[in-house]
Amino acid sequence: MTEHKHTEDGLPTTGHEWDGIREYDKPLPRWWLYLLFGTMIWAVGYCIVYPAIPLWDGASRGSFGWSSRSELAAELRAVDAGRADILAAIEATPIEQIPQNEKLMSFAVEGGRSAFKVYCAQCHGSGAAGGKGYPNLNDDDWLWGGDLTAIHQTIRHGIRFEADGDTHMSQMPAFGRDGLLDASQIRDVTAFVRVLSRQEKPSDSSRRGAAVFADNCVSCHGAAGEGMREVGAPNLTDAIWLYGGDTASIMETVTNARFGVMPAWGGRLEPVTVKQLAVYVHSLGGGE
Amino acid sequence: MSQSPAPAPEPRLFKGRAKVYPQSVHGTFRRLKWTILTVALAVYYLLPWLRWDRGPFAPKQFLLIDLAHRRFYLGPIEIWPQEFYYVAGLLVMAGIGLFLITSTVGRAWCGYACPQTVWTDLFMAVERVIEGDRNARMKLDRAPWGSEKIFKRLAVHLSWLIIAVATGGFFILYFADAPTLVKNLFTGDAPSVAYATVAVLTATTYVFGGLLREQVCTYMCPWPRIQSAMLDENSLIVTYKAWRGEPRTRGVKKAAQDGGKTGDCVDCNACVAVCPTGIDIRNGPQIGCITCALCIDACNDIMGKLGRPRGLIDYTTEKRDRQEAAGEALPPKWKSVVRPRTFVYTGVWALIGLAMLASLLTRERLDLSISRQRNPLYVQLSDGSVRNGYTLKLLNMEARPRTFTLTLEGLPGAVMWDSHATESMAAPALRITVGPDQTEARQIYVRAAPASLPEGTADIRFIARAEGGAVAMQETRFDGPER
Repeated sequence: MTEHKHTEDGLPTTGHEWDGIREYDKPLPRWWLYLLFGTMIWAVGYCIVYPAIPLWDGASRGSFGWSSRSELAAELRAVDAGRADILAAIEATPIEQIPQNEKLMSFAVEGGRSAFKVYCAQCHGSGAAGGKGYPNLNDDDWLWGGDLTAIHQTIRHGIRFEADGDTHMSQMPAFGRDGLLDASQIRDVTAFVRVLSRQEKPSDSSRRGAAVFADNCVSCHGAAGEGMREVGAPNLTDAIWLYGGDTASIMETVTNARFGVMPAWGGRLEPVTVKQLAVYVHSLGGGE
Repeated sequence: MSQSPAPAPEPRLFKGRAKVYPQSVHGTFRRLKWTILTVALAVYYLLPWLRWDRGPFAPKQFLLIDLAHRRFYLGPIEIWPQEFYYVAGLLVMAGIGLFLITSTVGRAWCGYACPQTVWTDLFMAVERVIEGDRNARMKLDRAPWGSEKIFKRLAVHLSWLIIAVATGGFFILYFADAPTLVKNLFTGDAPSVAYATVAVLTATTYVFGGLLREQVCTYMCPWPRIQSAMLDENSLIVTYKAWRGEPRTRGVKKAAQDGGKTGDCVDCNACVAVCPTGIDIRNGPQIGCITCALCIDACNDIMGKLGRPRGLIDYTTEKRDRQEAAGEALPPKWKSVVRPRTFVYTGVWALIGLAMLASLLTRERLDLSISRQRNPLYVQLSDGSVRNGYTLKLLNMEARPRTFTLTLEGLPGAVMWDSHATESMAAPALRITVGPDQTEARQIYVRAAPASLPEGTADIRFIARAEGGAVAMQETRFDGPER
C-alpha cells in the first residue's frame, strides 16, 4: 500500500505520476502554515466583530453594531451636509444672478436635471422634448415667458392649477362646441391661421377667415397672430405647434379649445429644488 | 515478503527553515554583482531628482507618474491615459526582453537584477559587517543571549530598518515632485497615502530582504518556474561539471596511492557555503538556483589554490557541457548566444520598439471628441430652423495654453454657439482656448435652416485647428425632422 507512494529513496510522494515524473509529498514551509493559521484566527475575529452569522431574525449584530445600511445612511447624511452650504447659497441668490456664478450654476443645473427626471419627465419627456400638448422645453418658443424669472414663476405656481392663487389662468372658448362659430367659419379661420404661419397660400377661404379672426381671436392672439404671453396665447405665426399645425388639428383646437394644466410645484417641492429646476430648464438651449 | 521497503519517514505538518549563512566570496561574479547592485540602487535613488524643463505649466521632474492628473512624464515624452498602449507596448517589450535574456544567459534577472536579490545582498553585507562572516554568525546564533548578542542583533535590525525606509519607502518620489515631497514628508504635510506607502514598502523590504530572503525565491516567486521553462540546451547556466569533479575526493594523495579514481572536486563545500539560497549546485540544475554564480567564484578560488584548472563550476550550456565531457572541440561561447532563437526575439523586440518610437514621434498633441446629444435628437425652433446639441471635448496635450478654431463642414449656413455664450452670439466658427495639459468640455449648439437638410439628416464634420497648424477632426451627424 505504501510502496507506490514512496520513491526508491524512501521519500513520500503524492502518488501522482506524469511522464515518469513523480510528485514529492513534501511538507509546507513553517511560515506558510503560520499564515494559514493566522487567516483562520482572523476569520474568527472577523465573525465576532462584524455581522456574519445568519440567525432567525437577520445576521448577528457584531461587536460594535456596524451595518452596511447604517454606513450608507451616515454617508448620505454626510453628502447632504456637504451640500447644505451651496444649497443655502442658491436659495439666497436671486435666480437671475445664478448664471453669473459658475459654481452655483453648474450645481443648480445638475440638481435641476435630477429633479426633472423625477417630477417632470412624465409629461415633458426625459430630454424635455415634450410631446403633443406638452411643450418642448428645448426650443425658443415660450407660452408664458422664457426668462429665468418667468420659468421659475411657472414651475412654482403651475398653469391653470386652481388650487394655487397665483397660477397662470386663461381659457380659450370652445368656439365650435359652444356654438360661437359655425363649421364653415371654423374651416375659414383655420385656413387663415395656416396662411399666417406660411403653411398655406392665401385663398378665398382664408380671406373670409381673416374677418372671423379679427372678430374673435385678436383679443388674445393679437392682430398679427403673434400671441400674447400675459394670457399664454400661442404665437400662431411661428413653426411650433403644441397640438399640431395641420388643418385637422387646428380645427379641433378651434372647435373644442385646449388648455393644458400643469400642477404648481411650489407647494410640493423644496423652494431650492424649484429654483434649480428653473435654472435647468432655462439652460436647455432655448432660455431667454 | 522478501525485501521490506525503506521505512517511510514520519510525515510532518511543516518544514522548519534551514537557516542559510552565506560566506563572503571574492571573484569576477561577485564584482559584477556589486557593480550591478550599485548601479541599480543609484538609478533608483537618483532618477527622481533628475529635472527636465517642460515650460512654466508642467512639472519639472524627468520621470514622474502623476496619478492625480493622470499623466506620465518621461523626459520629453508625456503620456495621457488614453495613450496607455505605450505602457502596454513597454510591458510586451519587457516580456520579450526576458525571453531573450533568459534564452541566452539564463536566469540573469534572478541572480543580478531582481530587487529581491539586490536588497537581500545589501542586507547580507550589512549583517556581515556587524556580525562577522559565516562562522561568526553561526557561532553568534548558537551563543546564549548576552549583551554582545543583543547589541549586535539590535544594530543589524536597526540598520536594515533604516535601509528599508530609505529604499523601499522612497518609491513614492516617482509619484510627486521629489524635493517638495521629501520636505513635506519631514514636516508632516505629505498626503497620508505617502506615509502609508512608505510604511508598507518599508515593512516588505525589511521582511523580504532581512527575514525571508531565499524563501521568497523558492516558495513565493513564480518567476523561477517561468524562467526555468524558458531555458534550452543552448542557454548559459551555472553548471557543475560532474564528469570532471566526480568522484569527490578529500584525501587525494591517499586515494591516488590506493589506486582509486579521483575527481577534481575536493568536497570542500565552499560552493554550498557561499550560496545565498543554500543549495548544492553539485546536485544539478534546480529551482533554488538563482544563477548568481557566486559558487563559481568560490570554486575557482579553491581550484586556483590547489593548482587545478578553474571552471569546475562554470557558466556553460547543457550542450557545451556534454561536448566538453565527450572531449569534443568546443565552439566559441558567443555562438550559443547568437542563434536563430535569439535573432527572432531580438527582431520582434526591436520591431515593437521601433513601431512605438515612430508612433511617438508622429503623434498629434491635440484631440477632438464630439458626442451627439440624443435626447432630444433635434429641436425645431420657432423660425423653422433646426438645432442640434453636441458635447465637445478638446484635449490640449501640450504644456502651454492654446486657442483652437472650431469649424463645421457639410452644413452650409449653419451657425454654432456654446454653453458659455447665447444664441445671439452664434457664428460659423468658434474660438476656444484650452489651458495647458487640459481638457475642455463644452456643450455646442448648431443651428441650420431646414433647406440645408434635404434628407432630414446631414453628415457633418467638426474641425479644430490649433494656431500652430495642428488639426483634429471628427465626423458626426446633424438630425432634422423627417421629410
